Amino acid sequence: MAYLELQGLRKSFGDVVALGGVDLSLARGEFLTLLGPSGCGKTTALRIVAGFETPDEGRVVLEGQDITHVAPSRRDMGMVFQAYSLFPNMTAEQNVEFGLRIRRAPLEGRSKRVTELFDLIGLSDARKRYPHQLSGGMQQRVALARALAIEPRVLLLDEPLSALDARVRVQLREEIRRIQTNLGITTLYVTHDQEEAMAVSDRVVVMSRGHVEQIGSPAEIYGAPDTPFVAEFVGTINWFEAEVLDGGQGEVDYRGTRLRVDAVRGRSQGQRVIVVVRPEVLELERWNGEHRPAGAIAGLVISRSFLGAVTRFKVSVEDRAALIADVASVRAGAFPIGAQVVARFAPDTARVLNLPP
Amino acid sequence: MTRSRLGSWLLILFGALYFFVPLLGTFEFSLRYLRGVYSLEAYRIVLTDPRFGATITYSTVLALATIVMGVVLVVPTAYWIRLRLPGLRPVVEFITLLPLVIPAIVLVFGYLRIYNSTSVLPLTGSERATDLLLMFSYVTLALPYMYRAVDTGLRAINVHTLTEAAQSLGAGWPTTLLRVILPNVRAAVLSGAFLTFAIVIGEFTMASLLDRPAFGPYLQLIGANRAYEPSALAIISFAITWACMGLLQVFARGAPGQVAGTR
Repeated sequence: MAYLELQGLRKSFGDVVALGGVDLSLARGEFLTLLGPSGCGKTTALRIVAGFETPDEGRVVLEGQDITHVAPSRRDMGMVFQAYSLFPNMTAEQNVEFGLRIRRAPLEGRSKRVTELFDLIGLSDARKRYPHQLSGGMQQRVALARALAIEPRVLLLDEPLSALDARVRVQLREEIRRIQTNLGITTLYVTHDQEEAMAVSDRVVVMSRGHVEQIGSPAEIYGAPDTPFVAEFVGTINWFEAEVLDGGQGEVDYRGTRLRVDAVRGRSQGQRVIVVVRPEVLELERWNGEHRPAGAIAGLVISRSFLGAVTRFKVSVEDRAALIADVASVRAGAFPIGAQVVARFAPDTARVLNLPP
Repeated sequence: MTRSRLGSWLLILFGALYFFVPLLGTFEFSLRYLRGVYSLEAYRIVLTDPRFGATITYSTVLALATIVMGVVLVVPTAYWIRLRLPGLRPVVEFITLLPLVIPAIVLVFGYLRIYNSTSVLPLTGSERATDLLLMFSYVTLALPYMYRAVDTGLRAINVHTLTEAAQSLGAGWPTTLLRVILPNVRAAVLSGAFLTFAIVIGEFTMASLLDRPAFGPYLQLIGANRAYEPSALAIISFAITWACMGLLQVFARGAPGQVAGTR
């Protein structure tokens, strides 16, 4: 039985449909991330679970109990917010202790728990500091400790890292995952950052315009997107609109080039499909303009960006479409801007999607 | 010293002169009770007048009651409007501004008509009830200042997030308001309290027409009949008002790290 279930959640704000029927379930101890662009409904779903919004339709069920109309203060859910939410009039320690005081926990147990949590977040030296004396990252750590102090049934994180700088973000997301794994706490995380979602989650739910587009492990979401939206939103993608030439052999026609794509096997000849290829599986080769190799797309390098381990190339094809290819930076010198190249990919690395209606 | 800094200092000097010169003049005049020498005779007369102690005590108690009532009325209202009814803000702001537009004398005649001894709620029927009426009328008079001060304080903190954080930790509405919101708008509440105190201590119209022994009517009485004592009284009332404000600040001072917001 699922630990937490969202059943047919619908929510509108005036004419705007925030959630158009969302069904989700979390297993006990699972780390599930709601991922999507602004306005996709992910925060609304989280706020309904927290009790800060009431759905127009649908239910929130926790351990078999319908909690849709239970007040937020009675749900036993710890929440970390996007905005810094520590109480400015209290020290870090008093903030962490707040939920335990509300629950009238005995003083001794309270102090022990607070000490444990400060050890867990590595901020034992900052217990007596006020929020304005802490950096953004420290404040979010304390907010996490405060949410964990009450031993919540579910931990809710609403874009807790979005206000932090890149380095702290990476560091803190790893800490959140470590703490979540150690404590085995069921966690619902909201972010618009796909890299963050991939890095910390057991499963990712990609949302768009109030609907769930795909649910799967990070590897499934990245490697086998179900819809054009997921393919485009999660990571960088190349997509070619192609026509199936041979469904038995797995061949398509892309602008006069015959390409091998295993994923079109079984499709009927003449069907129009979208072939999806990640930049890292595209291989570039210099081309002298004569005798184009079979199964290769010819183009011209129009830009290159150094990204560290890889360099990202943009290759124009027939002056219109542009392919994106990631090449190991040690090899990138072979492809100056303006160079004629061919791009190839292995037949089993491409994914095929239906054309949207 | 740069030109702009010199300008700032000149402005400060002008402001200080504007404020202190009349005060010094009043003080100097209050010392001339005895011909040819400076003395504190006017102060001795004022301070030994039993009506002085009675009226200043009455007004101070009423001011404190007004502050408490104002805070109880305004903080939850401003909080709720900011949290749940932002659309009502212009309406409430307009209502809170009315006491600035409607003269106190009009208000007090309204009170006398509505709460006279033959009405359903005869608040002018007894001294204690009239005290209560006077206190409520002071709350009304101070409303524009108290509401604005508290609303500004609430604007400086993230009311929504702090409320939701408190609720997710198990706090109900009263706990959220008393332990999370109120301490974080303490500076704003204090500034509203100072203004309220200053208004109540010197208020004449309402206290006089409701016939209550407040400090305002006493000031007027002395001012109309004596020469040097009103000046001494003015200086004393300044000192008392400042001392009371200082005490309010001392007693209501928050934790050392308290700030009205986060970064």
